[in-house]
Amino acid sequence: MPNKSLVTLRVNGATYEVAVRPHDTLAQALREGCGLTGTKVGCDLGTCGCCTVIADGRPVLSCLTLALEAEGKDLRTIESLARGAELHPVQEAFATCGGSQCGYCTPGFVMTTVSLLEHEPSPSRERIKDAISGNLCRCTGYVKIIDAVERAAGRLRAARAPADHPSLQPQG
Amino acid sequence: MTPETGAADAKEEFKVVGSRQPLVDSWKKVTGAAVYGDDVRFPNMLACRVLRSTLPHAKIVRIDTSRAAAMPGVRGIVTGADAKARFGVLPISQDEEALCIEKVRYVGDIVAAVAADDEAAAAAAAAAIEVVYERLPEYTDMKKSAERVAAPIHEWTSDGSNVQKRVDQHFGDVPGALASAAVAPKATFRFMGVGHQFTEPHAVVGVPEPDGRISLYTPTQVPHYVHKALAKVLEMPMHRIRVFRTAVGGGFGGKSDPFPHEMAVCLLARKVGRPVKLVFDREEVFLTNRGRHPGEISAQIGFDAHGKILAYDLDAWIDGGAYASFGVVTTYYNGTLSQGPYRIPNFRYSGRRVYTNKAPCGAMRGHGAVNCRYAVESVIDMACEELKIDPIELRLLNALPAHTKTLNGYRITSNGIVECLTRARDESGWAAKKGKLPFGKGIGVGCGFFISGSALPIHKSRTPQSTVHLKIDVDGGITAHSMGAEIGQGSDTVIAIAVAEILGVPMDFIRVRSEDSDTAPLDLGAYSSRGCFMIGNAAREAAIVVREKLARAAERVTGHPAGDFEFADARVTARSDRKVSLSYFEALTEALADHGAIAASGWYQAPRMGSDYKGAGAGLAPAYSMSAFVAEVDVDLETGIVRCTGVWAAHDCGRAINRLSVEGQIEGCVHMGLGQVLGEEMRYSGGRVSNPSFLDYKILGPKEMPDVRVLVVESNDKEGPFGAKESGEGPLLPILPAVGNALYNAIGMRATSLPVTPDQVFAHLSKLRKSGAGFRKTWETGQGC
Repeated sequence: MPNKSLVTLRVNGATYEVAVRPHDTLAQALREGCGLTGTKVGCDLGTCGCCTVIADGRPVLSCLTLALEAEGKDLRTIESLARGAELHPVQEAFATCGGSQCGYCTPGFVMTTVSLLEHEPSPSRERIKDAISGNLCRCTGYVKIIDAVERAAGRLRAARAPADHPSLQPQG
Repeated sequence: MTPETGAADAKEEFKVVGSRQPLVDSWKKVTGAAVYGDDVRFPNMLACRVLRSTLPHAKIVRIDTSRAAAMPGVRGIVTGADAKARFGVLPISQDEEALCIEKVRYVGDIVAAVAADDEAAAAAAAAAIEVVYERLPEYTDMKKSAERVAAPIHEWTSDGSNVQKRVDQHFGDVPGALASAAVAPKATFRFMGVGHQFTEPHAVVGVPEPDGRISLYTPTQVPHYVHKALAKVLEMPMHRIRVFRTAVGGGFGGKSDPFPHEMAVCLLARKVGRPVKLVFDREEVFLTNRGRHPGEISAQIGFDAHGKILAYDLDAWIDGGAYASFGVVTTYYNGTLSQGPYRIPNFRYSGRRVYTNKAPCGAMRGHGAVNCRYAVESVIDMACEELKIDPIELRLLNALPAHTKTLNGYRITSNGIVECLTRARDESGWAAKKGKLPFGKGIGVGCGFFISGSALPIHKSRTPQSTVHLKIDVDGGITAHSMGAEIGQGSDTVIAIAVAEILGVPMDFIRVRSEDSDTAPLDLGAYSSRGCFMIGNAAREAAIVVREKLARAAERVTGHPAGDFEFADARVTARSDRKVSLSYFEALTEALADHGAIAASGWYQAPRMGSDYKGAGAGLAPAYSMSAFVAEVDVDLETGIVRCTGVWAAHDCGRAINRLSVEGQIEGCVHMGLGQVLGEEMRYSGGRVSNPSFLDYKILGPKEMPDVRVLVVESNDKEGPFGAKESGEGPLLPILPAVGNALYNAIGMRATSLPVTPDQVFAHLSKLRKSGAGFRKTWETGQGC
């Protein structure tokens, strides 16, 4: 059994020291080391996207990322989004639009969407499909997930845009 | 409940029913707060790994756990010696063991389970268990397995074969009707097995409680059946066992059996005296299977010259894999559920389910009704071509009316099939497209018919199939207790909507507790599309009991007669004098005075129905959903890749209690059905599943989904809660034949082997190229076809 070593992870603005084996994944470190069980593991092969988290602003598959590789990165998980009972617009949209049924894939979809909308505030439906194509959902047929991404995009744009200059939308 | 209680709803205007309600548990799911099986953790908890059979069929000569038991971190091991009782979801086919006792029956059968300090230690120890096997003949081909065999997989198959169940039904005179038919097309269809492939792998925790009880935390669709099986295997009374349903990360029938691994963690927990957790990887999900049976179905259907159906003659082989699961029911459903939504005057069906040394099949969304539906809807279209009748016209001609009986005794109540067909036809632009699309593009139709809850419980009992308890105390909030299994389909939300509608309070007054067998009244679980109909009725009945108590309280306060009060906007108001009005809280305060918390119970029991021949109960339901889909396909003539480009999905759900959920269920059904018709298949190499990952077993991604136009048809069933019927499974049925028929329309290829793969299509196109016939729609020369 390989020995464990300590890795320092910066997750949701907090610092965690987690003992990991060299082959432990970021998903394991987040779930077992940090106690952040909102990140789900569905396949362990990078095929389902349930484990998607944001690292340095981009979505990554935490089941294919070694915990040791994640040291020094700015990590964000599903737990970072809501402010108390106030949901992040992406979370609100997934609930309101029916983009979450069994919910197991939802944290991954939400994190993928948060990252997408931070980089592209007005994606088309086709672009949304591209962006979420690394995530699988077995319940919804994706229709209401895409609805949710559109709704979230609209709400985020409305929140960002100065009222008298609706065309001036800051990027990212 | 009494059937009449639903009738008044038809005239009512609803406030919550029919709206678009986010699922009441969605806030937990979008924040990551929902606790699934793998998220359950306890102090002092151990990790478990299992040892699985590496052989398809073998006797266990000896198991030596001594080396494994001495390894670091190992706290306990269980094998077949620790539990002798057999179990299974159906009382008539209890053929499963917690851990294999004398033999293994497929690659993946659980032989031993280890509890250790961590998963790695458990895995290392499981690998160190020594098992000596004596190989037995392997039966992986269902037809060979149905012959007399040297070593039957289970000892109780009667004729020396591995045939587990036979069904032979004949109503009317099928040979006579076929002889008199104007046309009687016939075809044989082959189906690969497919799996549910929910995103959450099975993950369970067994907990020994300090008082000697055992608790199991499991993402199950059927907590009650798990509870019963645990009692049998642990040899403990049910009241000493607690089943806690965690959040369920998708089920679709794949979490509707009591499982060996659920038994194993409880046996380990009891033996070791510490909580034990077992989490499957994706490969283990494939090995656990219980997916849709692979099989072969032959269908001949006779028609008169006008297109009226005269007779069905069906024959089905289904490959059950190593254990029975729901298979007895599946064997019936593969014939009987193909009848509606049509009038079938003569019906004959032979079916058999055969054990093979492969991962066990079971119930999957659209249980037993999907493959036979594909067969009959394809043959119906073959007749349309011969008779030169439009496929939708012919289906309308044969549609069952409402309030009738089928030949085999199914009681049909509400029936929106005509509206389904006409709306799918009109909204899809059928008339403008059928017969007018170029080669390579096609349009097709298919219908569906599905049970809205099995009328007969699996275990014969006079206990209601669903009970819901409501508790209201001084805080005014309403707690609904149910064991109905919320699996993402929205059953908790149906409960909340029913209560909010009847009591006229906002949705956030209601909290649903549907997890814990210690506090919840009996419910049979999430299968057979029973939840909305049965739990919805039980919740509605319980709320009516509360409403009566509050109305009497309002009468005591106001002197106005209780029967005149209506409940809306958290107020109790007299219909005949709007000035006589008090708040919900004022009425509640009076109702609680001198009595304490209100406790009310509502229940649902299906009425007696059906005939008395053997197997008459299979497929009986208090109501049936109906559906008709039109699909368009686009075939890439270079590669043979078939894309579904549009779906018009008309489904009669009685009434949409939650429109958002109904749409979501239908869209999800389209997704899963398209997967089966266009790509998904469980592949086997001998007895071994050879594609147990999402890399090799492809489910549709966002870019492969067509646009789906959901057309909700509301026939208002008089026994359904607020008129509702199911919408979770029936809408899967029509998408497969709609695509198959559209493919025929596009390139003249009748797909008789699912999934339709590009190489099949390519071979067909190559043949057309070589034959000189070219890419012309010669099959569309007939009028209307």
